[in-house]
Amino acid sequence: MNADRPAWEQLSALRVVSPIQPRKLAKVPFVEMAEGRLQGVVSSGSDIERVYVSSITAGTHGYNCSTNNNRPCGGLRGAPCKHLHSLVDEAVLQYGLDQVARYLRVEGERAGDLVRNLDGGHESIPAAVVFSRFLRHLAYLELPPASEPIAEMHWFPSLGAVS
Amino acid sequence: MLATQLAALREGPQPGLDEALGLVAGFDDALANGFARLGEERAEALTALAGAVAATPLGPLAADAAGKLAAGSIAEEHLTALAGARTTLLGAVHDALLARLDTALGRTRAPWNGSQPPTADPLTSACRSWLAELAITGWRGVDHELASSADQAIQGMLAEPRLRRAGVLLDGLAAELRASSPVGAMEHLPVRRWADLWARALLLIRTGAVEGAEEVSGRLLPLGVDIHEHGTAAQIQLHAILEPHGRLVRTSVSAAKVDTIAGPFVWQLFQDHPVLTGALAKHLSLEITGMTLLPSGDLIWQEAKAGVGAYSDPFATARVQLGGASAPAVPPLDRHPVRVAEPVFVEGYKSDGAVIRLDGAELPFDLDRLPQSGPLTPQLLKASTACIGLMRWDGGGWRLQPLAVQASVKKEPVAAHNGDWAQGPTDQKVLKSGAKAGDPVSVLKERAGRLLRK
Ligand SMILES: [Zn+2]
Repeated sequence: MNADRPAWEQLSALRVVSPIQPRKLAKVPFVEMAEGRLQGVVSSGSDIERVYVSSITAGTHGYNCSTNNNRPCGGLRGAPCKHLHSLVDEAVLQYGLDQVARYLRVEGERAGDLVRNLDGGHESIPAAVVFSRFLRHLAYLELPPASEPIAEMHWFPSLGAVS
Repeated sequence: MLATQLAALREGPQPGLDEALGLVAGFDDALANGFARLGEERAEALTALAGAVAATPLGPLAADAAGKLAAGSIAEEHLTALAGARTTLLGAVHDALLARLDTALGRTRAPWNGSQPPTADPLTSACRSWLAELAITGWRGVDHELASSADQAIQGMLAEPRLRRAGVLLDGLAAELRASSPVGAMEHLPVRRWADLWARALLLIRTGAVEGAEEVSGRLLPLGVDIHEHGTAAQIQLHAILEPHGRLVRTSVSAAKVDTIAGPFVWQLFQDHPVLTGALAKHLSLEITGMTLLPSGDLIWQEAKAGVGAYSDPFATARVQLGGASAPAVPPLDRHPVRVAEPVFVEGYKSDGAVIRLDGAELPFDLDRLPQSGPLTPQLLKASTACIGLMRWDGGGWRLQPLAVQASVKKEPVAAHNGDWAQGPTDQKVLKSGAKAGDPVSVLKERAGRLLRK
């Protein structure tokens, strides 16, 4: 923080959540670090109706990948599948390497290292919870329009590039 | 805006301002620590806050609430009374700042003649309990569980257009608390901001929509557009002059979104408003017929009641008409320094990109309000000589939020406006990186269409 700017504590309008970096959403439409996991949804390359739910637990590094109907991913044979690789790749694009590495508590110079350095194994993490969080995320885009001006948005200036 | 006006804005102390902000800071500190563990000193801060509004209708309620909280009895009505006292003080600060700005600018402002009746919606009860729980615990005690515990209730409010305003506010606060959890581990807390959002939410939930609207017709001459955004909401707010009577008005359009839709892609959310975005992108005036104007100066935008008019240069409007335009009243609930966003025009200055210098007077640019969804950059501000902007006040000082600038780039005059990309970026570099990233709005809408209705 610049010294001649007023202290955080006294500002009404400031950015608390770090802005996320734009990325291509087609392959991995949803990534989040929540509930103690890096988790998300990966679109199937072959079937447009199917998605994979992939997650990695922070700290213990247990991981799982299955379809949204809870069918285990065929690519999980004793090592993280390609969906888990995509999940970590996109998380690094979205949040930055440092933030993802710190959250998972794993070290590495790039996204691929993070997956390689995971020291957990296959763990049963229910897909339903993550998938329903994804649906809730999507539901924002379907909210009915409201015409009333939102004066409270003056507290939320558009997230600029300057810091 | 002239150097003399800028000097008048800062001339002499603003009586009572530091005292009011000191009382607010005392309350904010108590809220950060939690009302469950007030202690003597913080209990006194609440009593002092209540004392400051003793002469208002809220006085007895606030005094009673401060006493009850000090005695360890915490009920929602007490929290609301103190939130009201804090809001009253900041309302007075707002009024003093705006009065001084109006005087400096020679701007006339309409008196408030609307109303906002109280309301009590059962759908908000879970969120009211959450706000009470946050106050009892204090920001420092907020963990992931408490930060997320109202998520479902907030979703319920967002789904109701009549509760959208409060829902958007609560969703923004909850996201910040989640991202900051456990808050106790944070070095610095945004105590003023979170107390602002908390108090506003408590009061907004109990306040109905603004009444006292009129229907207006005429020509809107755009000045510039202000862009607001958090993870799950975006709002564009156009400041314009409504002819024939030279009235300053705003018109806003908002949309729900997700955090992966940001920067220039935000405009994609507003493509169902082609008249408005077209006027912004092409610098056209707008002809409106029978549109609703609230006593707050907010025009309720309806595409069907609008059409694009002739080319209209915002800089010409700002140079010729802004000085004599009259300003609308501010609704009582909205009276807060953060809401001060008064259009001004400044020219003939020099800037290093951070501060403008005008005949010995200085004014910093509000660089925290420079959106990625438009062409304005610090480099362009540095090369600028004229600016249409909003006067803002935060953290104890005035700043100028640029909405549009005229600059000299490689000895060529250029003009750039926040709304220039309203129908897509016009900058080749931004266009290219956008093409690479694809269109997040259509990707997610496709996913929603396929997966949500199963
Ligand atoms: Zn997989």
